Amino acid sequence: MTFSTEPFVLNFGPLHPSTHGVFRIKATLDGEVVLDIEPVFGYLHRGIEKLMEERTYTGGIPLTDRLDYVNSMTNNFAYCLAVEKLGGIKVPERAEYIRVIIAELQRIGNHCLAVGAMLNDAGALGTPFFYLWRQREKIYDLLEMLCGQRLMNNYVRIGGVSQDIPAEFLPAVMKFVPQLRSFLDEYDFFLMQNEILLARAKGVGILPPEVAINCGISGPVARASGIKRDLRRDDPYSIYQRFEFEIPTCEEGDCYARYRVRIAEMLQSLHIIVQAAQSMPPGATKADVPHLIRPPAGEAYGHIEGPKGELGFYVVSDNSIAPYRCHVRATSFINLSALRQMVRGWKVADLIIIFGSIDITMGEVDR
Amino acid sequence: MTAVLPAKDLVTRLSGVFAGKLEEAGRDSVLVRADALLEVAAYLKNTAGFAFDYFNMVTAADYYQYFEVVYHLTSTRHNHSVFIKVRCHNRANPSVPSVVPLWQGADFQEREVFDLFGIRFEGHPDLKRIVLWEGFDGYPLRKDWNR
Repeated sequence: MTFSTEPFVLNFGPLHPSTHGVFRIKATLDGEVVLDIEPVFGYLHRGIEKLMEERTYTGGIPLTDRLDYVNSMTNNFAYCLAVEKLGGIKVPERAEYIRVIIAELQRIGNHCLAVGAMLNDAGALGTPFFYLWRQREKIYDLLEMLCGQRLMNNYVRIGGVSQDIPAEFLPAVMKFVPQLRSFLDEYDFFLMQNEILLARAKGVGILPPEVAINCGISGPVARASGIKRDLRRDDPYSIYQRFEFEIPTCEEGDCYARYRVRIAEMLQSLHIIVQAAQSMPPGATKADVPHLIRPPAGEAYGHIEGPKGELGFYVVSDNSIAPYRCHVRATSFINLSALRQMVRGWKVADLIIIFGSIDITMGEVDR
Repeated sequence: MTAVLPAKDLVTRLSGVFAGKLEEAGRDSVLVRADALLEVAAYLKNTAGFAFDYFNMVTAADYYQYFEVVYHLTSTRHNHSVFIKVRCHNRANPSVPSVVPLWQGADFQEREVFDLFGIRFEGHPDLKRIVLWEGFDGYPLRKDWNR
Protein backbone atom coordinates (compact mmCIF):
# COMPACT_ATOMS: atom_id res chain seq x y z
CA MET A 1 0.00 0.00 0.00
CA THR A 2 1.37 3.42 -0.87
CA PHE A 3 0.57 6.73 0.71
CA SER A 4 0.56 9.90 -1.27
CA THR A 5 2.34 12.70 0.57
CA GLU A 6 2.68 16.32 -0.20
CA PRO A 7 5.26 18.84 1.01
CA PHE A 8 4.33 21.18 3.84
CA VAL A 9 6.02 24.13 5.48
CA LEU A 10 7.11 24.00 9.10
CA ASN A 11 8.39 26.99 11.05
CA PHE A 12 11.29 26.58 13.44
CA GLY A 13 11.51 29.53 15.73
CA PRO A 14 11.91 32.45 16.02
CA LEU A 15 11.75 31.29 19.63
CA HIS A 16 12.79 27.67 19.70
CA PRO A 17 15.46 26.12 21.92
CA SER A 18 17.33 24.78 18.91
CA THR A 19 17.68 28.12 17.14
CA HIS A 20 20.28 29.52 19.58
CA GLY A 21 18.59 32.86 19.92
CA VAL A 22 15.90 34.41 17.80
CA PHE A 23 16.17 32.87 14.38
CA ARG A 24 13.56 31.37 12.13
CA ILE A 25 13.91 28.55 9.65
CA LYS A 26 11.08 28.05 7.22
CA ALA A 27 11.48 24.38 6.35
CA THR A 28 9.66 22.66 3.53
CA LEU A 29 9.24 19.05 4.53
CA ASP A 30 8.10 15.90 2.83
CA GLY A 31 7.13 13.76 5.77
CA GLU A 32 10.26 13.93 7.87
CA VAL A 33 12.64 14.75 5.05
CA VAL A 34 13.83 18.33 4.57
CA LEU A 35 13.28 19.41 0.97
CA ASP A 36 14.36 23.00 1.33
CA ILE A 37 14.79 25.68 3.95
CA GLU A 38 14.70 29.42 4.02
CA PRO A 39 16.45 31.20 6.90
CA VAL A 40 14.69 34.33 8.15
CA PHE A 41 16.91 36.88 9.89
CA GLY A 42 16.53 40.18 11.61
CA TYR A 43 14.80 39.54 14.93
CA LEU A 44 17.83 40.90 16.79
CA HIS A 45 18.78 43.66 14.36
CA ARG A 46 19.80 46.72 16.38
CA GLY A 47 21.49 48.69 13.62
CA ILE A 48 24.89 48.50 15.27
CA GLU A 49 26.70 49.63 12.11
CA LYS A 50 24.56 52.76 12.01
CA LEU A 51 24.99 53.38 15.74
CA MET A 52 28.76 53.23 15.34
CA GLU A 53 28.65 56.12 12.89
CA GLU A 54 27.21 58.26 15.67
CA ARG A 55 29.78 57.44 18.34
CA THR A 56 33.45 58.20 18.75
CA TYR A 57 35.93 55.51 17.82
CA THR A 58 36.40 54.57 21.49
CA GLY A 59 32.66 54.80 22.09
CA GLY A 60 32.10 52.14 19.46
CA ILE A 61 33.95 49.47 21.43
CA PRO A 62 31.06 48.62 23.81
CA LEU A 63 28.83 48.16 20.78
CA THR A 64 31.15 45.50 19.40
CA ASP A 65 30.69 43.58 22.68
CA ARG A 66 27.09 43.10 21.68
CA LEU A 67 27.77 41.56 18.29
CA ASP A 68 28.92 38.05 19.12
CA TYR A 69 28.09 38.29 22.81
CA VAL A 70 29.78 34.96 23.52
CA ASN A 71 33.14 36.41 22.47
CA SER A 72 33.07 40.05 23.50
CA MET A 73 36.83 40.36 23.91
CA THR A 74 37.47 38.96 20.45
CA ASN A 75 35.12 41.52 18.90
CA ASN A 76 36.82 44.37 20.79
CA PHE A 77 40.13 43.05 19.55
CA ALA A 78 39.11 42.89 15.88
CA TYR A 79 37.57 46.36 15.93
CA CYS A 80 40.57 47.93 17.66
CA LEU A 81 42.88 46.20 15.20
CA ALA A 82 41.07 47.83 12.28
CA VAL A 83 41.13 51.27 13.89
CA GLU A 84 44.81 50.90 14.78
CA LYS A 85 45.51 50.01 11.17
CA LEU A 86 43.59 53.10 10.09
CA GLY A 87 45.41 55.41 12.48
CA GLY A 88 48.82 53.75 12.27
CA ILE A 89 48.86 53.11 16.03
CA LYS A 90 51.51 50.84 17.49
CA VAL A 91 50.45 48.59 20.37
CA PRO A 92 52.91 47.94 23.26
CA GLU A 93 54.38 44.44 23.54
CA ARG A 94 52.75 43.57 26.83
CA ALA A 95 49.30 44.50 25.53
CA GLU A 96 49.80 42.20 22.54
CA TYR A 97 50.53 39.29 24.87
CA ILE A 98 47.47 40.08 26.97
CA ARG A 99 45.36 40.25 23.81
CA VAL A 100 46.58 36.87 22.62
CA ILE A 101 45.82 35.27 25.98
CA ILE A 102 42.29 36.68 26.17
CA ALA A 103 41.58 35.87 22.53
CA GLU A 104 42.55 32.24 23.11
CA LEU A 105 40.58 32.09 26.37
CA GLN A 106 37.56 33.33 24.48
CA ARG A 107 38.11 30.75 21.77
CA ILE A 108 38.06 27.99 24.39
CA GLY A 109 34.95 29.48 26.00
CA ASN A 110 33.24 29.68 22.62
CA HIS A 111 34.09 26.10 21.72
CA CYS A 112 32.83 24.92 25.12
CA LEU A 113 29.51 26.49 24.23
CA ALA A 114 29.56 25.31 20.62
CA VAL A 115 30.32 21.68 21.43
CA GLY A 116 27.96 21.63 24.40
CA ALA A 117 25.10 23.18 22.47
CA MET A 118 25.61 20.81 19.55
CA LEU A 119 25.41 17.82 21.88
CA ASN A 120 22.35 19.38 23.47
CA ASP A 121 20.79 19.62 20.01
CA ALA A 122 21.68 16.00 19.40
CA GLY A 123 19.48 15.07 22.33
CA ALA A 124 22.06 14.71 25.09
CA LEU A 125 20.14 17.22 27.18
CA GLY A 126 22.06 18.77 29.99
CA THR A 127 24.87 16.49 31.06
CA PRO A 128 27.63 17.01 28.44
CA PHE A 129 26.52 20.61 28.07
CA PHE A 130 26.86 21.59 31.71
CA TYR A 131 30.17 19.80 32.19
CA LEU A 132 31.55 22.15 29.53
CA TRP A 133 29.75 25.14 30.98
CA ARG A 134 31.48 24.59 34.28
CA GLN A 135 34.77 25.06 32.44
CA ARG A 136 33.46 28.07 30.60
CA GLU A 137 32.45 29.55 33.92
CA LYS A 138 36.08 29.41 35.02
CA ILE A 139 37.08 31.36 31.94
CA TYR A 140 34.56 34.01 32.83
CA ASP A 141 36.07 34.17 36.31
CA LEU A 142 39.43 34.85 34.68
CA LEU A 143 38.01 37.56 32.43
CA GLU A 144 36.27 39.11 35.41
CA MET A 145 39.64 39.48 37.10
CA LEU A 146 40.76 41.65 34.21
CA CYS A 147 37.91 44.11 33.92
CA GLY A 148 35.21 43.35 36.47
CA GLN A 149 32.81 42.25 33.76
CA ARG A 150 31.90 38.73 32.82
CA LEU A 151 30.06 39.06 29.53
CA MET A 152 30.25 42.52 27.96
CA ASN A 153 33.92 42.91 28.77
CA ASN A 154 34.81 46.10 26.89
CA TYR A 155 38.43 45.53 27.87
CA VAL A 156 40.49 46.03 24.72
CA ARG A 157 41.21 49.64 23.82
CA ILE A 158 42.52 51.33 20.71
CA GLY A 159 46.27 51.06 21.26
CA GLY A 160 46.25 48.40 23.96
CA VAL A 161 43.99 47.25 26.77
CA SER A 162 42.13 49.30 29.38
CA GLN A 163 44.32 48.31 32.34
CA ASP A 164 47.17 46.02 33.25
CA ILE A 165 46.42 42.48 34.38
CA PRO A 166 46.28 41.96 38.15
CA ALA A 167 49.16 40.05 39.76
CA GLU A 168 47.00 36.98 40.45
CA PHE A 169 45.82 36.62 36.84
CA LEU A 170 48.70 34.69 35.29
CA PRO A 171 49.01 32.21 38.21
CA ALA A 172 45.27 31.60 37.91
CA VAL A 173 45.61 31.00 34.16
CA MET A 174 48.49 28.60 34.69
CA LYS A 175 46.40 26.70 37.22
CA PHE A 176 43.45 26.56 34.86
CA VAL A 177 45.37 25.24 31.84
CA PRO A 178 46.38 21.76 33.12
CA GLN A 179 43.00 21.36 34.77
CA LEU A 180 41.15 22.01 31.49
CA ARG A 181 43.56 19.83 29.57
CA SER A 182 42.89 16.80 31.74
CA PHE A 183 39.17 17.55 31.70
CA LEU A 184 39.13 17.67 27.90
CA ASP A 185 40.99 14.37 27.65
CA GLU A 186 38.43 12.71 29.84
CA TYR A 187 35.47 14.40 28.18
CA ASP A 188 36.65 13.53 24.71
CA PHE A 189 37.36 9.95 25.75
CA PHE A 190 33.75 9.49 26.82
CA LEU A 191 32.24 11.18 23.80
CA MET A 192 34.35 10.06 20.87
CA GLN A 193 33.32 6.47 21.43
CA ASN A 194 29.75 7.27 22.37
CA GLU A 195 27.58 5.31 20.01
CA ILE A 196 24.70 7.77 20.03
CA LEU A 197 26.93 10.70 19.15
CA LEU A 198 28.59 8.71 16.38
CA ALA A 199 25.22 7.65 14.96
CA ARG A 200 23.83 11.18 15.11
CA ALA A 201 26.88 13.10 13.90
CA LYS A 202 29.03 10.87 11.70
CA GLY A 203 28.34 11.36 8.01
CA VAL A 204 25.57 13.87 8.77
CA GLY A 205 25.40 17.29 7.13
CA ILE A 206 28.45 16.95 4.93
CA LEU A 207 29.88 20.22 3.65
CA PRO A 208 32.12 19.60 0.62
CA PRO A 209 35.25 21.83 0.59
CA GLU A 210 34.44 23.41 -2.78
CA VAL A 211 31.01 24.48 -1.50
CA ALA A 212 32.59 25.82 1.69
CA ILE A 213 35.04 27.97 -0.27
CA ASN A 214 32.38 29.19 -2.67
CA CYS A 215 30.13 30.19 0.22
CA GLY A 216 32.90 32.01 2.08
CA ILE A 217 32.77 29.67 5.07
CA SER A 218 35.58 30.15 7.58
CA GLY A 219 36.72 28.93 10.96
CA PRO A 220 36.24 25.45 12.42
CA VAL A 221 33.40 24.71 9.98
CA ALA A 222 35.73 25.22 7.01
CA ARG A 223 38.61 23.39 8.68
CA ALA A 224 36.35 20.40 9.37
CA SER A 225 35.88 20.22 5.59
CA GLY A 226 39.62 20.00 5.02
CA ILE A 227 40.32 23.66 4.25
CA LYS A 228 43.52 24.44 6.11
CA ARG A 229 42.94 28.15 6.46
CA ASP A 230 43.53 30.02 9.68
CA LEU A 231 44.27 33.74 9.71
CA ARG A 232 46.57 33.32 12.71
CA ARG A 233 48.92 31.56 10.33
CA ASP A 234 47.83 32.74 6.85
CA ASP A 235 47.60 36.43 7.65
CA PRO A 236 49.33 36.75 11.02
CA TYR A 237 48.18 39.69 13.11
CA SER A 238 49.26 40.84 16.56
CA ILE A 239 52.15 38.54 17.59
CA TYR A 240 50.86 35.13 16.54
CA GLN A 241 53.92 34.36 14.43
CA ARG A 242 55.92 34.03 17.66
CA PHE A 243 53.93 31.06 18.90
CA GLU A 244 54.01 27.46 17.95
CA PHE A 245 50.69 25.81 17.27
CA GLU A 246 49.00 23.44 14.88
CA ILE A 247 45.90 23.97 12.80
CA PRO A 248 43.67 20.95 13.29
CA THR A 249 41.67 19.88 10.24
CA CYS A 250 39.42 16.97 9.31
CA GLU A 251 38.60 15.72 5.85
CA GLU A 252 35.07 14.42 6.43
CA GLY A 253 33.17 17.70 6.66
CA ASP A 254 30.37 16.21 8.77
CA CYS A 255 29.02 17.22 12.18
CA TYR A 256 31.39 14.84 13.91
CA ALA A 257 34.38 16.43 12.15
CA ARG A 258 33.27 19.84 13.37
CA TYR A 259 33.11 18.46 16.90
CA ARG A 260 36.60 16.96 16.59
CA VAL A 261 38.14 20.13 15.15
CA ARG A 262 36.76 22.23 18.01
CA ILE A 263 38.09 19.88 20.69
CA ALA A 264 41.51 19.85 19.01
CA GLU A 265 41.49 23.65 18.70
CA MET A 266 40.87 24.07 22.40
CA LEU A 267 44.02 22.07 23.13
CA GLN A 268 46.01 24.20 20.69
CA SER A 269 44.69 27.37 22.32
CA LEU A 270 45.89 26.09 25.70
CA HIS A 271 49.29 25.57 24.13
CA ILE A 272 49.37 29.19 22.89
CA ILE A 273 48.20 30.53 26.26
CA VAL A 274 51.04 28.77 28.09
CA GLN A 275 53.62 30.15 25.66
CA ALA A 276 52.24 33.67 25.91
CA ALA A 277 51.98 33.58 29.70
CA GLN A 278 55.54 32.37 30.06
CA SER A 279 57.10 34.95 27.77
CA MET A 280 55.03 38.02 28.63
CA PRO A 281 57.33 41.05 29.01
CA PRO A 282 56.77 43.86 31.54
CA GLY A 283 55.94 47.33 30.32
CA ALA A 284 53.09 49.57 29.28
CA THR A 285 49.72 48.10 28.33
CA LYS A 286 48.37 51.01 26.33
CA ALA A 287 49.90 53.28 23.75
CA ASP A 288 49.56 56.99 24.31
CA VAL A 289 46.27 57.33 22.47
CA PRO A 290 43.70 59.94 23.52
CA HIS A 291 40.06 58.97 23.99
CA LEU A 292 39.06 61.16 21.09
CA ILE A 293 41.04 60.17 18.06
CA ARG A 294 40.81 61.46 14.52
CA PRO A 295 42.40 58.91 12.20
CA PRO A 296 43.51 60.32 8.84
CA ALA A 297 40.91 60.07 6.08
CA GLY A 298 41.00 56.67 4.44
CA GLU A 299 39.84 53.16 5.02
CA ALA A 300 41.13 50.00 6.62
CA TYR A 301 40.08 46.39 6.87
CA GLY A 302 41.27 44.51 9.92
CA HIS A 303 40.45 40.86 10.36
CA ILE A 304 41.26 38.20 12.90
CA GLU A 305 40.65 34.51 13.28
CA GLY A 306 37.78 34.64 15.71
CA PRO A 307 36.49 31.49 17.39
CA LYS A 308 33.85 31.11 14.69
CA GLY A 309 36.05 32.14 11.77
CA GLU A 310 37.13 35.29 10.00
CA LEU A 311 35.86 38.33 11.87
CA GLY A 312 36.59 41.56 10.05
CA PHE A 313 35.90 45.25 10.47
CA TYR A 314 35.90 47.58 7.48
CA VAL A 315 36.28 51.12 8.81
CA VAL A 316 36.17 54.31 6.74
CA SER A 317 37.41 57.56 8.25
CA ASP A 318 36.75 61.12 7.09
CA ASN A 319 39.15 62.54 9.71
CA SER A 320 36.37 63.26 12.18
CA ILE A 321 35.92 61.83 15.67
CA ALA A 322 33.46 59.13 14.55
CA PRO A 323 33.81 56.45 11.86
CA TYR A 324 32.24 57.51 8.58
CA ARG A 325 31.27 53.91 7.94
CA CYS A 326 31.92 50.75 9.90
CA HIS A 327 31.02 47.37 8.48
CA VAL A 328 31.29 44.10 10.34
CA ARG A 329 32.19 41.01 8.37
CA ALA A 330 30.12 38.85 10.68
CA THR A 331 31.32 35.28 10.73
CA SER A 332 28.08 33.70 11.93
CA PHE A 333 26.08 35.45 9.23
CA ILE A 334 28.30 34.31 6.38
CA ASN A 335 28.73 30.80 7.77
CA LEU A 336 24.98 30.35 7.37
CA SER A 337 25.35 30.72 3.58
CA ALA A 338 25.85 26.99 3.13
CA LEU A 339 23.13 25.85 5.54
CA ARG A 340 20.64 25.25 2.75
CA GLN A 341 22.93 22.84 0.92
CA MET A 342 23.94 21.11 4.13
CA VAL A 343 20.45 20.19 5.29
CA ARG A 344 18.70 19.22 2.05
CA GLY A 345 17.69 15.58 2.08
CA TRP A 346 18.27 15.10 5.81
CA LYS A 347 15.62 14.49 8.43
CA VAL A 348 14.19 17.13 10.75
CA ALA A 349 16.23 15.86 13.70
CA ASP A 350 19.38 16.13 11.58
CA LEU A 351 18.50 19.68 10.61
CA ILE A 352 18.76 20.61 14.29
CA ILE A 353 22.17 19.08 14.84
CA ILE A 354 23.56 20.38 11.51
CA PHE A 355 22.43 23.86 12.40
CA GLY A 356 23.90 23.44 15.88
CA SER A 357 27.23 22.28 14.49
CA ILE A 358 27.74 25.53 12.54
CA ASP A 359 27.81 27.45 15.82
CA ILE A 360 26.25 30.86 15.33
CA THR A 361 25.37 33.75 17.59
CA MET A 362 22.32 35.72 16.58
CA GLY A 363 23.74 38.99 17.86
CA GLU A 364 26.36 38.71 15.16
CA VAL A 365 24.05 37.46 12.43
CA ASP A 366 21.57 40.32 12.76
CA ARG A 367 23.88 43.02 14.17
CA MET B 1 50.84 36.58 5.09
CA THR B 2 47.85 37.29 2.87
CA ALA B 3 49.36 39.75 0.43
CA VAL B 4 46.96 42.45 -0.67
CA LEU B 5 47.71 42.81 -4.38
CA PRO B 6 48.76 46.42 -5.05
CA ALA B 7 46.16 48.11 -7.23
CA LYS B 8 48.84 49.47 -9.55
CA ASP B 9 50.12 45.98 -10.49
CA LEU B 10 46.64 44.59 -10.83
CA VAL B 11 45.51 47.36 -13.16
CA THR B 12 48.63 46.82 -15.29
CA ARG B 13 48.02 43.09 -15.45
CA LEU B 14 44.36 43.49 -16.34
CA SER B 15 44.58 46.47 -18.67
CA GLY B 16 45.29 44.25 -21.69
CA VAL B 17 41.97 42.45 -21.28
CA PHE B 18 39.82 45.19 -19.77
CA ALA B 19 41.26 48.40 -21.17
CA GLY B 20 39.39 51.46 -19.94
CA LYS B 21 37.11 49.49 -17.66
CA LEU B 22 39.13 49.73 -14.46
CA GLU B 23 41.43 52.11 -12.68
CA GLU B 24 43.35 52.51 -9.45
CA ALA B 25 41.43 53.76 -6.41
CA GLY B 26 43.95 54.11 -3.63
CA ARG B 27 46.89 51.89 -2.85
CA ASP B 28 45.11 48.57 -2.71
CA SER B 29 41.72 48.87 -4.31
CA VAL B 30 40.69 48.72 -7.93
CA LEU B 31 37.75 50.69 -9.24
CA VAL B 32 35.75 48.77 -11.84
CA ARG B 33 32.99 50.17 -14.05
CA ALA B 34 29.63 48.72 -12.99
CA ASP B 35 28.82 47.28 -16.41
CA ALA B 36 32.15 45.41 -16.48
CA LEU B 37 32.01 44.05 -12.93
CA LEU B 38 30.71 40.60 -13.79
CA GLU B 39 33.31 39.88 -16.47
CA VAL B 40 36.19 41.26 -14.38
CA ALA B 41 35.02 39.20 -11.39
CA ALA B 42 34.69 36.05 -13.50
CA TYR B 43 38.15 36.64 -14.95
CA LEU B 44 39.68 37.11 -11.50
CA LYS B 45 37.99 33.97 -10.25
CA ASN B 46 38.78 31.70 -13.18
CA THR B 47 42.27 32.80 -14.24
CA ALA B 48 44.94 30.56 -12.73
CA GLY B 49 47.30 33.41 -11.77
CA PHE B 50 44.58 35.11 -9.69
CA ALA B 51 42.23 32.28 -8.65
CA PHE B 52 40.08 34.38 -6.34
CA ASP B 53 37.90 31.53 -5.21
CA TYR B 54 37.02 32.85 -1.76
CA PHE B 55 34.51 35.63 -1.37
CA ASN B 56 35.27 37.45 1.89
CA MET B 57 32.68 40.16 1.90
CA VAL B 58 30.71 42.79 0.08
CA THR B 59 29.55 46.01 1.64
CA ALA B 60 28.85 49.57 0.62
CA ALA B 61 29.34 53.16 1.75
CA ASP B 62 27.39 56.28 0.95
CA TYR B 63 29.48 59.26 -0.22
CA TYR B 64 26.52 61.48 -1.18
CA GLN B 65 27.62 61.88 -4.83
CA TYR B 66 27.78 58.14 -5.28
CA PHE B 67 27.48 54.80 -3.52
CA GLU B 68 30.59 52.72 -3.37
CA VAL B 69 30.18 48.95 -3.29
CA VAL B 70 33.29 47.21 -1.92
CA TYR B 71 34.18 43.58 -2.61
CA HIS B 72 36.92 41.75 -0.81
CA LEU B 73 38.21 38.60 -2.50
CA THR B 74 40.87 36.12 -1.44
CA SER B 75 42.59 33.28 -3.20
CA THR B 76 42.97 30.22 -1.00
CA ARG B 77 45.52 28.84 -3.48
CA HIS B 78 47.86 31.85 -3.70
CA ASN B 79 46.94 33.42 -0.35
CA HIS B 80 46.52 36.90 -1.80
CA SER B 81 43.56 39.24 -1.70
CA VAL B 82 42.11 42.21 -3.51
CA PHE B 83 39.59 44.98 -2.92
CA ILE B 84 37.29 45.74 -5.85
CA LYS B 85 35.11 48.83 -5.85
CA VAL B 86 32.14 49.83 -7.96
CA ARG B 87 30.49 53.24 -7.87
CA CYS B 88 26.83 53.98 -8.58
CA HIS B 89 26.13 57.61 -9.33
CA ASN B 90 22.42 57.18 -9.94
CA ARG B 91 21.06 57.91 -6.46
CA ALA B 92 17.44 57.45 -7.44
CA ASN B 93 17.95 53.94 -8.73
CA PRO B 94 21.41 52.58 -7.89
CA SER B 95 22.23 49.16 -9.25
CA VAL B 96 25.20 46.85 -9.81
CA PRO B 97 25.33 43.34 -11.26
CA SER B 98 25.03 40.52 -8.76
CA VAL B 99 28.00 38.18 -8.31
CA VAL B 100 25.91 35.36 -6.82
CA PRO B 101 26.37 33.26 -10.01
CA LEU B 102 30.11 33.27 -9.23
CA TRP B 103 30.16 33.11 -5.44
CA GLN B 104 27.21 31.83 -3.51
CA GLY B 105 28.59 33.51 -0.40
CA ALA B 106 27.46 36.85 -1.85
CA ASP B 107 23.79 35.90 -1.59
CA PHE B 108 22.93 37.06 1.95
CA GLN B 109 25.43 39.90 1.88
CA GLU B 110 24.04 41.45 -1.29
CA ARG B 111 20.60 41.21 0.25
CA GLU B 112 21.93 43.04 3.29
CA VAL B 113 23.41 45.85 1.16
CA PHE B 114 20.11 46.09 -0.71
CA ASP B 115 18.24 46.19 2.59
CA LEU B 116 20.30 48.94 4.20
CA PHE B 117 21.42 51.01 1.18
CA GLY B 118 18.77 50.31 -1.42
CA ILE B 119 21.30 49.26 -4.05
CA ARG B 120 19.78 46.76 -6.46
CA PHE B 121 21.85 43.74 -7.44
CA GLU B 122 20.73 42.82 -10.94
CA GLY B 123 20.50 39.08 -11.43
CA HIS B 124 20.28 38.20 -7.74
CA PRO B 125 18.05 35.11 -7.40
CA ASP B 126 15.99 36.40 -4.49
CA LEU B 127 16.61 40.06 -3.80
CA LYS B 128 14.53 41.13 -0.78
CA ARG B 129 15.08 42.70 2.61
CA ILE B 130 16.99 40.56 5.05
CA VAL B 131 17.33 42.18 8.49
CA LEU B 132 14.53 44.73 8.27
CA TRP B 133 10.95 43.85 7.57
CA GLU B 134 9.17 44.15 4.25
CA GLY B 135 7.51 47.54 4.06
CA PHE B 136 10.18 49.33 6.09
CA ASP B 137 10.44 52.89 4.90
CA GLY B 138 13.83 53.96 3.54
CA TYR B 139 17.37 52.63 3.71
CA PRO B 140 18.95 53.35 7.10
CA LEU B 141 22.64 53.26 6.19
CA ARG B 142 22.23 56.02 3.63
CA LYS B 143 23.60 59.23 5.00
CA ASP B 144 20.42 61.17 4.22
CA TRP B 145 18.16 58.70 6.02
CA ASN B 146 16.24 60.36 8.76
CA ARG B 147 14.58 58.42 11.49
